[in-house]
Amino acid sequence: MTAVPDVREMVDPVPGAGAPHLPAQPDLVQLLTPEGERVEHPDYALEIGDDELRALYRDLALVRRWDVEATALQRQGELGIWASLLGQEAAQIGAGRALGADDMAFPTYREHGVAWARGVDPLHVISLFRGNDLGGWDPVQLGFNLYTVVIGAQCLHATGYAMGIQRDGADAAALAFLGDGATSQGEVNEALIWASTFDAPVVFFCQNNQYAISVPIERQSKVPLFQRAAGFGFPGVRVDGNDVLAVLAVTRAALARAREGSGPTFIEAFTYRMGAHTTSDDPTRYRLAGELEEWKLRDPIARVKAYLSRSGKADAAFFDAVDAEGDELAVRIRKGTLEMPDPAGTEMFDHVYAEQTEEIAAQRADFLSYHAGFEGAEQ
Amino acid sequence: MTTLTLGKALNNGLRKAMEDDPKVVLMGEDIGKLGGVFRITDGLQKDFGEARVVDTPLAEAGILGTAVGLAMRGYRPVCEIQFDGFVFPAYNQIVTQVAKIHARSRGRLPMPITIRIPFGGGIGAVEHHSESPEAYFAHTTGLKVVAVSNPADAYWMLQQAIACPDPVVFFEPKRRYWDKAEVDLDVSPPPLFSSRVVRAGDDLTLLAYGPMVKTALQAAQAAESDGQSIEVIDLRTLSPLDLGPVEESVRRTGRCVVVHEAQTNLGLGAEIAARVTESCFHSLEAPVLRVGGYDVTYPPSKLEEEYLPDLDRVLHVVDRAMGF
Repeated sequence: MTAVPDVREMVDPVPGAGAPHLPAQPDLVQLLTPEGERVEHPDYALEIGDDELRALYRDLALVRRWDVEATALQRQGELGIWASLLGQEAAQIGAGRALGADDMAFPTYREHGVAWARGVDPLHVISLFRGNDLGGWDPVQLGFNLYTVVIGAQCLHATGYAMGIQRDGADAAALAFLGDGATSQGEVNEALIWASTFDAPVVFFCQNNQYAISVPIERQSKVPLFQRAAGFGFPGVRVDGNDVLAVLAVTRAALARAREGSGPTFIEAFTYRMGAHTTSDDPTRYRLAGELEEWKLRDPIARVKAYLSRSGKADAAFFDAVDAEGDELAVRIRKGTLEMPDPAGTEMFDHVYAEQTEEIAAQRADFLSYHAGFEGAEQ
Repeated sequence: MTTLTLGKALNNGLRKAMEDDPKVVLMGEDIGKLGGVFRITDGLQKDFGEARVVDTPLAEAGILGTAVGLAMRGYRPVCEIQFDGFVFPAYNQIVTQVAKIHARSRGRLPMPITIRIPFGGGIGAVEHHSESPEAYFAHTTGLKVVAVSNPADAYWMLQQAIACPDPVVFFEPKRRYWDKAEVDLDVSPPPLFSSRVVRAGDDLTLLAYGPMVKTALQAAQAAESDGQSIEVIDLRTLSPLDLGPVEESVRRTGRCVVVHEAQTNLGLGAEIAARVTESCFHSLEAPVLRVGGYDVTYPPSKLEEEYLPDLDRVLHVVDRAMGF
C-alpha cells in the first residue's frame, strides 16, 4: 500500500526566504526566488524581455495600490465590503497575463489582478462591492466573466464554455479560477470529470492561499491539491504562486496545451492570503502572526523589485514613476467611487428577463407610481 | 394532421428545433444511444451526432453548469433531467446561476437554456420518480416555467421554449407520454406563455396544468351529467402566469377551483387563489378552492392513487365550491 503523504507537508513554505527548518518542495515550479534570484526549471523555460518584466512589476504594484485604496474606501464606509487580493498579486497577474485575446477567464470574487490584466476598469469592480450593481463590465468583450460568489460554480461554466470552443473549432481556451476551499465542492469535482472525459480546453487555476476564510487547507484535503489531477486523468502542477514569472510560464504552457486539443490542466498556485478574507473578517482569531511574518519574506512584489534592481533592468526613476502612477490610480479610484451615482430604483426590474414579463412590468409601474405619490416627487 | 403520442411529439419537436438552429445542443444522461429512459431523444444522436446530442457524465449540476458555459458561447442547450426528483443536485446551478446571470450581466449574457423535466406520479415508480417540484422553480425569479398536457402543445411549446431567449423549465407529464392525439404540424401555435380555455362552461372555472388537465376534463365531463357546466382552462405557463383568460372566465362563473398534483401547501394553487381573489373579488360566489397532493412525503406507489387528485376528488371539491 502506498503511503499517503502527511497533510502537514502541504503547508510547507516556498523555498528560500529564511525558513530552512521546513522541508523543501521538490515539485514546486519556481523561476524567481523570494530573494529575487532568477532560477531555471527544466520544464518551464521563460524567455522574457526587460520591457515585459517591467510591465509585470507595474501590474503587480498597481493592483496592490488599487487594493489598498479599496480597503481604505471600505473602512471609510464607501464600500459595503472588499475582498483583498493582498499577497496573491503574482498568482493573478501571472495567470491573467498568460491569457490570449480569445481566451475566457472565469473568476471568483477576488480576481482583481486578473480583471486588471483583462482591462476591466477598476471602478467596475468597485461598483460591485459598493452595491451599485451586480457586475458592471462586459464579460464577452473583455474575455472576463462576471465574478462568481457561490463557491466553485464557475468551474462548470468554464468547462461548458470550453466545450463550446471545441464545437466552434476555435483557437482558444477557458481559464477557471478557484480557491483551495472550492476543491471540496461537488460541482468543482464534476467540472474536473467533465473537462477530463471531454478533453475540454480548460485550465483550472487554483490559488491555494492556505485558508477558506478561517478553515485551513488541512480540512479540505489530505493530499497536495495538484496531485488530485492525476485521479481525474490529467496533469497537475504546483507553482510558486508568489512568483509571477513561474505562474506566467506554467499557465501559458497549460493554456497552449488546452488550445492544441490536449485537454485540461490543474494548476495549484501555492500562495498566501496576507490580508483578511474580506474586510468583515478578523484573521487574528484563527492564525498566528508569525505565519504572516514568514510569508511577508516571500512577498510577490518585493522579489521582482529586487531582481529588476540588482540586474539593472530598472532604476530608481522607474520605481518612482510606478509609485506615482499608483497614486494617480488611487486618486482616480477614490474620486470615481465618491462620484458614482446611485442606481435608479427601476434598474432592478429591467434585466430580470430578456423578454420582460407583464408581471414585472406591472410591478415596475407600481413602483414608479408609489414613489411619485410622495410629496415633492418629480413628476 | 398526424397522430402522435406526447412522447413522440416531444421527439419531433426536438428534431425540428435542431434542424432549425445548429446552436441547439441536447445534454443529459442516457439520451444518446439509448434515446433517454423515456425515449424522448430516440434517434437524435444517430442523426445529429455526439457533439449535438451529448451523453453526459452522471452529474446533474454538471449538466446545468456546463450548459451555462455553452450558453455564454452562443449555444442553446436543452438539458434533460431524467426524473423530477433528480433535479435537486442541479438546483444550485439553476437557482444561483441560470436564473440570475441575465440580471447580473444586465442582459449581456442571455441564458437560452431549456430544462426538460418529466414530472408527476401515476406510473408506479419508486421514490424520487413521481414528484411535482414546479413551485420551487416558479418561485425563482429569472426562470420561466411551463407544463404541457397534450401532444400538440408538446410539439409546439418545446420548440418555443428552445427559441425563448430566457431559461425555461419545461415540465413533461410523464404518465401522459403514451397518450395519443392529432397534431397539426402546419398550424401557427399560440404564444408559449399563454393559458387556454380547453372546455367552455358557465358554472365554475376549473384550472389545471400538465397531467391534471386530462383529469380536469374528465371531471367536467362527469359533472355535465349532473347538470353542472364547468369551464376548464389549461394554464400551460406557470411562470409567468397568464391569468387574463382565467379572470375573464371567473367573472362569468363566479367560482374557481385549481388542481395540481403537487402538495397543496404553498403550491401554484395558493398563488393563483390569491391573485384571482384580488382581481375577481366582487364576482366570486365562493372562495377559490384547491385540489392537490396531501402535504406529505410522496407515498410509496401502492398509495399514490390515494395521494394524487383524481376525478372523484376534483368533483368533491367542485361540489364544495358549488355549495357556497
